[in-house]
Amino acid sequence: MQAAYLDATFAALSDPTRRAIVARLARGEASVMELARPFDMSQPAISKHIKVLEQAGLVSRGLDAQRRPCRLETKPLAQATSWLEHQRELFAARFDALDAVLEEMKAERRPKKRVREGVRQGGHK
Amino acid sequence: MKHAMKLVPQGDREIVVTRTFDAPRELVFEAFTRPELVKRWMLGPEGWSMPVCTIELRPGGKSRYEWAHTNRKTSMGLTATFKEIVAPERIVHTEKFDEDWTGGETTITTIFTEKAGKTTMTMTIVYASAATRDMVMKSGMEQGMSTSYDRLDGLLEK
Repeated sequence: MQAAYLDATFAALSDPTRRAIVARLARGEASVMELARPFDMSQPAISKHIKVLEQAGLVSRGLDAQRRPCRLETKPLAQATSWLEHQRELFAARFDALDAVLEEMKAERRPKKRVREGVRQGGHK
Repeated sequence: MKHAMKLVPQGDREIVVTRTFDAPRELVFEAFTRPELVKRWMLGPEGWSMPVCTIELRPGGKSRYEWAHTNRKTSMGLTATFKEIVAPERIVHTEKFDEDWTGGETTITTIFTEKAGKTTMTMTIVYASAATRDMVMKSGMEQGMSTSYDRLDGLLEK
């Protein structure tokens, strides 16, 4: 995974208008005019946001000369979010694994004769 | 018993992760700083192992973590530098993945507090940019959170 690629993705999505554009495009392609409608913004202002999304590889433009519809490119988004979700899930899974390691450490450190009775049934999961 | 993990935003570049463990903090601190123990819980995603874990536990010391996929020839690595170590209560370190996923160095402060034989870990993660942090939170709110809660429900029912 390219770091610069992700940086661009994060930067592009740090803006609420651009996130709204992405959310709208997730429902299907749209022209700049259609995208500008729900926002209190001029078409050039919206075009600027679209350019940022295009540069981040999140949006591509169709070839139709009149409309040049904007389309969501899901690959960079999927890469960024899968890593991030992955982070959170990893944290949770690691701490669950750490619970088990700590149980073993505790058992090892108990006075020898008490080790057996100290092991709780089903204490690990 | 498994305690729930909490992950909340703080300021504009931080995330705070808290988790309680049923063990005194000396043990938790050891599990965080001894490579042979770290290797057993600092897991990668499924199908990944952690063949490399070296920890130089002193201010300025470096740690190296490497994960490798068991079938494919892929690996990922993370280098950390200790800024502050107060055993068994506090660790401050910076870290960066080889492929810099986080858009710069991340600073992590881990604090262990003990109460009645249980240790609560509070990990404050400061990302290089607000954009990265916001993405972590955004993705968490919309997707990860519900999965975590579902899992918590499952645990509580047991």
